[in-house]
Amino acid sequence: MDILGKHGKLERNSLVLTVGILIAVAIGGIVEIAPLFYMENTIEKVQGMRPYTPLELKGKNIYVREGCYTCHSQMVRPLRDEVERYGHYSLAAESMYDHPHQWGSKRTGPDLARVGGKYSDEWHLDHLKSPQSVVPDSIMPPYAFLAEKKLKFDDIGAHLKALRATGVPYTDDMIANAKADLVAQASPNADFDAEDALVARYTEAAGREGTVRISDFDHNPREITEMDALIAYLQMTGTLVDFSTYEADDLSNRR
Amino acid sequence: MNTRAEISRGAGPGFSIGTVSALTGLVALGVLVIAGNAADPMMAAHAWIFFFLTVAGLLITGLWAGSLNGRDPFDGAFYEDTIVKYGVWASVFWGIAGFLVGVIIASQLAFPNVFYFPDLGWTNFGRLRPLHTSAVIFAFGGNVLIATSFYVVQRTCRTRLAGGMWPWFVFWGYNLFIVVAGTGYLLGVTQSKEYAEPEWYADLWLTIVWVAYLFVFLGTLWKRKERHIYVANWFYLAFIVTIAMLHIINNLAVPVSPAGSKSYILFSGVQDALIQWWYGHNAVAFFLTVPFLAIMYYFIPKLVNRPIYSYRLSIVHFWSLIFIYIWAGPHHLHYTALPQWAQTLGMTFSVMLWMPSWGGMINGVMTLSGAWDKLRTDPIVRMMIVALAFYGMSTFEGPLMSVRAVNALSHYSEWGIAHVHSGSMGWVGFISFGALYCLVPWLWKRKALYSKALVEWHFWLATLGILFYIVAMYVAGITEGLMWRAYNEFGFLEYSFIETVKAKHIMYIIRVAGGGLFLLGAILMAYNLVRTALGHGAARDLASPDTPKPQTPALQPAE
Repeated sequence: MDILGKHGKLERNSLVLTVGILIAVAIGGIVEIAPLFYMENTIEKVQGMRPYTPLELKGKNIYVREGCYTCHSQMVRPLRDEVERYGHYSLAAESMYDHPHQWGSKRTGPDLARVGGKYSDEWHLDHLKSPQSVVPDSIMPPYAFLAEKKLKFDDIGAHLKALRATGVPYTDDMIANAKADLVAQASPNADFDAEDALVARYTEAAGREGTVRISDFDHNPREITEMDALIAYLQMTGTLVDFSTYEADDLSNRR
Repeated sequence: MNTRAEISRGAGPGFSIGTVSALTGLVALGVLVIAGNAADPMMAAHAWIFFFLTVAGLLITGLWAGSLNGRDPFDGAFYEDTIVKYGVWASVFWGIAGFLVGVIIASQLAFPNVFYFPDLGWTNFGRLRPLHTSAVIFAFGGNVLIATSFYVVQRTCRTRLAGGMWPWFVFWGYNLFIVVAGTGYLLGVTQSKEYAEPEWYADLWLTIVWVAYLFVFLGTLWKRKERHIYVANWFYLAFIVTIAMLHIINNLAVPVSPAGSKSYILFSGVQDALIQWWYGHNAVAFFLTVPFLAIMYYFIPKLVNRPIYSYRLSIVHFWSLIFIYIWAGPHHLHYTALPQWAQTLGMTFSVMLWMPSWGGMINGVMTLSGAWDKLRTDPIVRMMIVALAFYGMSTFEGPLMSVRAVNALSHYSEWGIAHVHSGSMGWVGFISFGALYCLVPWLWKRKALYSKALVEWHFWLATLGILFYIVAMYVAGITEGLMWRAYNEFGFLEYSFIETVKAKHIMYIIRVAGGGLFLLGAILMAYNLVRTALGHGAARDLASPDTPKPQTPALQPAE
């Protein structure tokens, strides 16, 4: 056990000890994390992924702010019961614009990766205001206050810019028109030109039709509330990827 | 003459007071500018909290420094014990606060109709849950670690803490971070990264504090009067160095505005998920395990008056523990969109981790060789050994849960909650309580605790509480895990999601009871510690109750 005898050197020199510790704890992270940034098959090639629209982004930020991730995962595992309960298993590509990811770690409530389009806007509105009104045994807290709170979005352009700095492909056009796009998505039949422009911008980014939904999500045409944003976000989760063109067995999509 | 004396004393006490004040003053000015230009009300609130607390700190420092009258407050002939005393009370306070929030959020899940208020959105589970986790891990655990590390490093190096005023900067700076983090959750300021929720500016502040902590600790090692660095200090050092690495990388973010609270994390999706759980699992490793093993390596030998069982085992398990732990993160992401090679690596290393974990447990428990009777007679020793038993249990369970097939059932369920609470209440909680029960009589120079019977009560209430808690959550977790995947005879899913929620109701109520018992035990401890510090009951110094206690001179014979 001569090696153990040499350990005395580390015990007598705190800097050598510190460097030794740093080396020991750095290796695992480097080996596991670094390849994820350059191995091409880490993120699948899919049709339909696009950055969040300004209203959806605001909704996602409310989802984060309220700590929804503490009870809801957004990661359907490729297990028989989960695919039947929630839908197609989640792809890495589907959270490529999530800074940070919302995969979650606990299902006190059901997974939300594919909740988009499953229920009507009205259902979400009632459910968020008083979960027990539609699911009597629910233990979810009430979020009625979201319908009362006017959405603040004066700085939405700065949010898109910050995200672009992290690598989300927002165009100059999207950033310049962020406010108009936000208003347009929550105000159907108000300004058709603005609606068309919003749809055109994000359809081009998605590479396919039908990924942008315009609606008065909270059924309150007088103002745009936080409820509008949150429901807009929930209604699009998991709906972007076109699974009719996705080939799970393709070698580049194996993981 | 005067000048020469000052020069010969080197930097002198004024130097560290000056540098700490200068940094604090700079921060105060900076946050004042931000407060005046805040982009959102949350940032304004935090900037003002920062401003008033840093200015208060400066004023108090100034008044205190002015009243010194030439006395050297950092006299190297004595240990710095006052800061450890502050750390003890901070730990007790945050512990009780954190346990209380835990009981509240457990009650919310058991009785949602009673504990949710439609008009008070900030009291919803989603905002209180990070408050609970941060309060118990970082506020309670963190203060225990700062206090014990400052105590242990001085004794084992036989020298006063380095840096004069800087250890105080570390202590108050860290607690300021806690206040900003905790108020932030209530205000809705969060990054949504578990156990790393505080936003970019709180993260920056913690980085400054942490670097100061590293230098205070290293500085104390540099002026040690022992040739060898004691094993407990290896663990503390690994904790400080690794947490710095994890904290910085996991929190890299782009703020929307330098005067706004919101930022976007630099990484996204699968990369962000792995970095998060590389951080998250190693917060368990390097915050909740490694430094608490340092507590074990100092307090258990001291308490039973025996040497560490095996020096060789401590070397082998130290290096294997810190090397292997870092790889274990991906086991939080089994069956997710993380590539399978990474999941498999994480699982393999998690299983390997079982051995070094048990190496630490064996080294601690076997230190009792020849003093086993203390398990019966000394409730503090019993508390620490039961802590190691819980440590052994959860570090066996962890590798088991990291096996993909087991994880398919346990993940996302209450089983995970049971696992972390057997580790956190049983291991971290009990080893911390044991250390606090040791520190108070030692620091206040009492010959015994105020009441040994109250320690017994605390031990049994808390043990019963943990058992209620974890048994309820194991049952709940396995029940819901099996219900989620149950099929009926027609080949359809048997249960809707809400039926699995309903099935846990009784278990949720039992959990509240368990948490309540644990909280009650901690309140008894607080009472006992206060009475001990005051010198009441068995803690009374019979010879001369009113004699002021002298400071402990450094350089006493090796402890």
